[in-house]
Amino acid sequence: MSTVILMTVTGLGLAALYFLVASGLSLVFGLADVLNFAHGLFLSVGAYATWWAAGNLPGAGAEGWGFVLAVAFGVLAGTVVASLVELVMIRPLYSRTIEQVLVTVGLSLAGVAALQAGFGADPRPFPRPAWTQQVVTIAGARVPMDRLLLIVAALVVLGALLAFLRWTRYGLIIRAGVENREMVTALGIDVRKAFTLVFAIGGAAAALAGALAGVYSGSVSPTSGSSLLIFAFIVVVIGGMGSVLGSAAAAVAVGLLQQFVNYYGGSGAGDVCVVALLALVLLWRPAGLAGKAAA
Amino acid sequence: MSYLKRFWPVGAFVALALLPYSGITIPGLFDGPLNSPGALQVLALCLVFGGLAAGYDLLFGRTGLLSFGHALYFALGVYGTDILITKFGYPLPLAALLAVLFATTVAVALGAVALRVHGIAFSMVTLAFAQVGAILVARDPNGLTGGEEGLALDASRLPAALVGVVNTVNLYWLALAYLGLVLTVLHRVAQSPTGRVFAGLRDDERRVGVLGLDPYRFKLVAFTLSGALAALGGVVYLLLTAGASPHVASSDLTLTLLVMVVLGGPGTRFGPVLGGVLFTYLDHRLTDVGASGAVDALPGVLAGPLSQPLFVLGTIFILAVYFFPGGLAGLRTRLTALRRTVTPPPRP
Amino acid sequence: MSALLEVNDLSVRIAGLHILQGVSFSVAPSGVTVLLGRNGVGKSTTLRAILGLTPRNGAATGSVRLGGEEILGRPTHGLVKAGLGFVPEDRCVFAGLTVAENLRLAERTSTPDYDLVFKLFPELSKRSRQRAGSLSGGQQQMLSLGRVLLNDNRLLLIDEPTKGLAPKVVTEVAEALERAASAVPVLLVEQNLAVVRRLAGDAVVIAAGQVAWTGRGGELLADPELTRSLLSVNAAGGH
Repeated sequence: MSTVILMTVTGLGLAALYFLVASGLSLVFGLADVLNFAHGLFLSVGAYATWWAAGNLPGAGAEGWGFVLAVAFGVLAGTVVASLVELVMIRPLYSRTIEQVLVTVGLSLAGVAALQAGFGADPRPFPRPAWTQQVVTIAGARVPMDRLLLIVAALVVLGALLAFLRWTRYGLIIRAGVENREMVTALGIDVRKAFTLVFAIGGAAAALAGALAGVYSGSVSPTSGSSLLIFAFIVVVIGGMGSVLGSAAAAVAVGLLQQFVNYYGGSGAGDVCVVALLALVLLWRPAGLAGKAAA
Repeated sequence: MSYLKRFWPVGAFVALALLPYSGITIPGLFDGPLNSPGALQVLALCLVFGGLAAGYDLLFGRTGLLSFGHALYFALGVYGTDILITKFGYPLPLAALLAVLFATTVAVALGAVALRVHGIAFSMVTLAFAQVGAILVARDPNGLTGGEEGLALDASRLPAALVGVVNTVNLYWLALAYLGLVLTVLHRVAQSPTGRVFAGLRDDERRVGVLGLDPYRFKLVAFTLSGALAALGGVVYLLLTAGASPHVASSDLTLTLLVMVVLGGPGTRFGPVLGGVLFTYLDHRLTDVGASGAVDALPGVLAGPLSQPLFVLGTIFILAVYFFPGGLAGLRTRLTALRRTVTPPPRP
Repeated sequence: MSALLEVNDLSVRIAGLHILQGVSFSVAPSGVTVLLGRNGVGKSTTLRAILGLTPRNGAATGSVRLGGEEILGRPTHGLVKAGLGFVPEDRCVFAGLTVAENLRLAERTSTPDYDLVFKLFPELSKRSRQRAGSLSGGQQQMLSLGRVLLNDNRLLLIDEPTKGLAPKVVTEVAEALERAASAVPVLLVEQNLAVVRRLAGDAVVIAAGQVAWTGRGGELLADPELTRSLLSVNAAGGH
C-alpha cells in the first residue's frame, strides 16, 4: 500500500513538471499556431539562471528566502527570453507556420550548444534547500518533500492560469483567440499582443519547471529540457491544443501511467505505454481530449 | 550544351568515384590529401548524410509532410544490422536485408497510424513514436543495444574489404553508391505519376482528393519509401563508424536532417544533398577548428559559442530561414535571375 | 453627397485563382447598400478584402478609400477600431464563451451601448450567462450583430445575416438591421430578396468577379427580367 502511495505522489510530481511545460506550449500552439521547439530552451534557461543566482546573486542562495529569490530570478530570465524570442524571431514570420517551427528548431539546437559553451556539457549539481530532501509520512508511506513541492507549485500555477483566463480581459482575448483568431482581430483587437503574452507566460512556467526539475533531480544539464519537452508535446496533443485544463488532465494521466508501468512493467515500459496512449487518443479523438478550447 | 545539362550528374558521379585516385591536397579544407583515410572518412559521411537528407526531403520538400521521427528508421538500420551481426552472428548481407525490411515494416505500421492526423499533430505523433526508439536504445533491453555506451560492431564478422583504415576507400565507394541509389530512386519517383501526386499533396491536398485519389495511401507510400531509404543509410553509416551510438536515435538527428534540407533547398533535385554534404562537412570542420585553438584567439564572449558547431550551424540556419527561404538551390535561381538582369539577352 | 467608401479596381487572387477582377463601386454615407450576386461570385471576398482579411495565400490589389483615406492593406484590427464594424458570414460567435463574454470582448469604448443591444435583442440579456455555442442560429446571429452595435461605427459590413434562419427570425433580424441602418450606413451582402426589398437603397450586383450592375435596389427588383438574368431567381418568389 505504501508503495502505491509513494508511486502515486511521485507520478503526480512528474505530472506537475509535465503540466508546467505543457500548459505554456499548449497556449502558444492554441493561440498562435506555433509548435515551439525552443520551449525546452526556456526550461533550461530557467534552470541555469536559478543555479547561477543561487551562487552569485546577492541575497540569493540555496536555502529559505534566498532560494525563493534565486527561483524568482530564474523565472524572470525564462520570461524575458521567451518574450524576446516572440518579439524578435517569431513575430516577423507571422502566420508562416512552417518557418516559425523551423526557427524554433534552429533556436533549440543553437541554444543548447550555447548553454554547453557557457556551462559545459556535463551536469552541474543543483542547489536545493535541505527541507526538500526530507520525507513526510503520508498514510504510512515515506514521501520526499520535493515531490510535494512540485505538486503544490503546479496547482498554484494551474489556479493562477485559470483565474487569469477566466477573469481578465487578456484571458478573454486568449480564450477567444484559441477558438477563432481571425474573428478576434475582426472585433478590433490586436491579437499579436496576446501572442507575446502567452510566450511570456509559457516561458515563466517552463522556467519554473526547470528550477523545480533541478531540485527534484539534483543536477542541471544543457539537454535536460529536451527530454521533458517531448513528453510535454505528448501531453499537449492528448490534452487538446490550447486547453489548460486538458493539459492538466493529460499530464496527470501520463505521469501516473509512466510511473506505475515503469515500476511494475520494467524500466522503459511506461514510456512506451505513454506513446501507445497517445496513439489511442489520436485514433479515437484526433483533436485531443478537450478539443480546441482555452479553459 | 543540352548534353552537358543532362549528363552532368553522371559526370559528377564518375568524378567522385575517381576521386580516391587523386592525391591532391586542399589546404584549409582537409588536413591530409583527398585520398587519405581521414579525408575519405569525412567525405563518405558527407555523402551518407547527403543521401539521408535527400530521402527525408521526399517527405518534407516533395510531399509536404513534416515528420519529426525520421531518426527512428535510420536507427533501426544502424542498430538492427549491428545487433544481428554482433549479437547473433548473422553475415552482413543478411543482417542488412533483415534490418531494412524490419524498418520498412515499422514505417508502414507507424505511418498508418500517424497519417490519420494532419499538419502539426502528425509532426508531434511521429516525434513521439521516434522517442520510443530513443528510449529503447537508452534503456538497453536484454543488453542488446549497449545503452548509453552504444554497441561496437564486431568487425571479425565483416567482409575483410570493409575493415581497417586502409579499406576506408571501399566504404567511401559504398557511401557514394548509396547516394547514387537514393538519387536514382527519387528521380524515378519524381518522374512517375506517383511523384506528381506527391507534389499535388504538397501544394493542395484537397485537389488530389477531388481527382478521386486517396491522399492517405500516397502519403503512406512516401512515408514508407523514405523510411526504407533511411534504414539503408543506417547500414552504410554503421559500417563507416564501426558501431552504433544512441545519438542516431535521438530527435536531434531528425532536426539536423530538417536543417540540412532547408539549408539546401527543399523540394529541389540536388539541394538537400548539397545541404547534407555541406552541413556534415562544416560540423566536422568546425569541431576541428573549435578544438584547434583558432577560436580561442577571439574575445571570450565569442570563443565559447563559436567552438560549438551546432551553435554556428543553428544560427546560420535561422538566418537562412529569414533571408534565403529557398536554401542554397534557391540562391542559384536568384543568381541566375540576377545575371539575366545584368547581362541583356542576345538579340534574335 | 460624396461616397463614404469607394472601392476602385479591387482584385483578389487566392491560391492562384482570380476571385475578384477589378471591382469598383461606392457606398453612400447613409442607408443600406446591398451587394448581390449568385453563390461564389466573390461577395464575401469583397467584404473580407476591404477589411484586410484576405488569406495568407492570397493578395488584394487596387484601392479602397474610407472617407477619402486609403485603407487597403491596413491591419484588420486597426480598421475595426477606426469604425468598420464587421458581422461575418456564419456568425462566428465564440462558442466556448458566454453571451456576456462575447459582448465584453467586443467592447471598443468605455461606454458600450448595452441599452441599444438589449432593446433590439432582449433575448441576449436573458441568456447572458449561457454559452454562445448552445444558442440557436437566430440567437447567435443576434449576438453577432449585438457585438458590433455595442460600439459607434462609421460603416457596418454585414455578410448574409439571414442565411439559414427560420422565416420568423429572418423578420426579426431584418427589423434590427433596419433600426441599425437608421443610425449608421451599412454595406450588406444578402441573398434573401424579401430582406433586400425591405432594406436596400443602392444595389451592386457582382457576377464572375466583376460588377455587373449598379443602381437603386428597388429598380432592380421591379424588373423581374433583369433580376432573373443577374441573379437567376424569381423576384416575385422572394426567395
